[in-house]
Amino acid sequence: MDKYVPVAGNGLLDRRAFLRGGAALAAAMTGYAIKPAAAETLSDPEWSNEPGTLVPPYGVPSKYEKGVVRTLSNPNAEPRTQHARTPHHRLQGMVTPNGLHFTISHAGNAEVDPERHRLAIHGLVKRPLVFTLDSLARYPMVSRFTFVECGGNSAPLFSPEPIQANVQALHGLASCAEWTGVKLSTLLEETGIDPKAKWVVAEGADAPRLSRSVPLSKILDDAMVALYQNGERVMPGQGYPMRLLLPGWEGNMNVKWLRRLQLTEVPGMTYYESRTYSQILPNGKAYRFYFIQEVKSFITQPSVGLAMKAPGFYEISGMAYSGNGRITKVMVSADGGKSWAEAALQEPVLSKAFTRFRIPWQWNGGPAVLQSRAWDDQGNVQPTRDEIVAHRGVAARVPPVLGFPSQHFNGITSWAIDAKGEVRHVYA
Amino acid sequence: MCTHKVLLALAFACGPAFAAGPNLGTPISRAELAAWDIFVLPDGTGLPRGSGTMAQGAPIYAQKCAHCHGEQGKGGISAALVGAPPIKSLDSPKTIANFWPYSTTVFDFIRRAMPWQQPRSLTDDEVYALTAYLLALNKIIGEQDVMSAQTLPKVKMPNRDGFIPRFPEKMPPGPEREM
Repeated sequence: MDKYVPVAGNGLLDRRAFLRGGAALAAAMTGYAIKPAAAETLSDPEWSNEPGTLVPPYGVPSKYEKGVVRTLSNPNAEPRTQHARTPHHRLQGMVTPNGLHFTISHAGNAEVDPERHRLAIHGLVKRPLVFTLDSLARYPMVSRFTFVECGGNSAPLFSPEPIQANVQALHGLASCAEWTGVKLSTLLEETGIDPKAKWVVAEGADAPRLSRSVPLSKILDDAMVALYQNGERVMPGQGYPMRLLLPGWEGNMNVKWLRRLQLTEVPGMTYYESRTYSQILPNGKAYRFYFIQEVKSFITQPSVGLAMKAPGFYEISGMAYSGNGRITKVMVSADGGKSWAEAALQEPVLSKAFTRFRIPWQWNGGPAVLQSRAWDDQGNVQPTRDEIVAHRGVAARVPPVLGFPSQHFNGITSWAIDAKGEVRHVYA
Repeated sequence: MCTHKVLLALAFACGPAFAAGPNLGTPISRAELAAWDIFVLPDGTGLPRGSGTMAQGAPIYAQKCAHCHGEQGKGGISAALVGAPPIKSLDSPKTIANFWPYSTTVFDFIRRAMPWQQPRSLTDDEVYALTAYLLALNKIIGEQDVMSAQTLPKVKMPNRDGFIPRFPEKMPPGPEREM
């Protein structure tokens, strides 16, 4: 029965307890016998006594799941950015369904006719070329799972006080999909590269012609023009019919509705890189070209809004990822960081992709503070919130729930659970 | 022998890339690219012909910009464009005068993205005029200064040197890495 003995404070159990199988879980429930379901007489419901409905040409989730949707920051499409956040607390596994992948569009979703869309590659190349979607779709393709995360995801944690919002509001601007497309190194072999080129300015076909400068080295390393998302064509909010995909790098740089790549010797200092996605530091300077989405994790279950009904067994689960590589370890605490236990990592564990972690927990019904902390294979460890704030500063005022006081927050998130099982966001 | 010569000539004319990959891209000339080739670099590369002044920009601003950005850039449903509140914390407002490092970005962004409902509806002269209007209201240039491909890149923004890269090793060689 050793495997059901808590391995860290406040009831965290060995992550291997269930992988080994075997003995009845009830043995672990010292003091809290599982109540059997209330006795009831089973009968056939109506759906078992009549034929079902028409099978639709494009399947959608059950009508009972209609609450599992993205939240919209700008539901009336006023003239400003629109954000749609992923409901992490309602999902499992590592892949975000296409309809729930987060989207930020700075001037709405462009409705691109794929027949008339073009991708031009020019500037410091030997042979400027233009591609149609049909021509790109004939190139050798690659697939990879990778997350995309907005540079401003988790920004509410720069607030001087913990904002009471759920994991969707705090961390919903990150998602993970299998992307399929053509490696940019393949296309640049055909254009040729002028030796003077060091940067690539990418531009979208949307109304602001959103543009960002990317080091040529990243473009040649693992960048692709993505045409497919989880097997189907890239969704409109992800840049249909094609987007730039820069695994592990700041979401805004993954230019959607990609139509132009201009090779240059210097960065463009575009609006979005020299103003919007720059981060003010305590000394008055600002980071520009942050590039990397650093190692991060957060617990999705339990979390704010998912009240726990009674003491007993729960699985703590969440997401870990790093723009620098592969997740190697996630530690979980149930006592606000006093003691930690290692979580199980769900296979597959892939570089620059979401990694689902899980650990069994025996909640004794008392106060608890849940935290997770991730490590990656490049030696990076997720910082505490105190460590980030010491380096980056804190907002002068409590921002709106969906505000962006700064960007690139990858510190630890803490969920406090009270004796009623209610979950609150706290700083611990 | 004859065939061999023809093949050799073909290979020479098309270069090594032609033989290697699918080669399904179509060569495109500068003239064919012109409508999309609007990107402006900080040194002024890409700036078009034309010019504009604050006086020319004021009525265009009132007609096409004030609706969102307020009278004289004071702010409305969209951000204020005039003013330089001191940067005191990470969430201080980032304005043209207190933050934007390059004057060319003002021109580039207006030309590619504004006005909100009708981007690319402004002439290059109108974009120069609006750029002059905003830079003059912010007292970065004089009220009589003419903005053009020659003068705009020479405008030094107050916060030009206020930036550092987060991971210098990820930056290509160049002055931006050394900041």
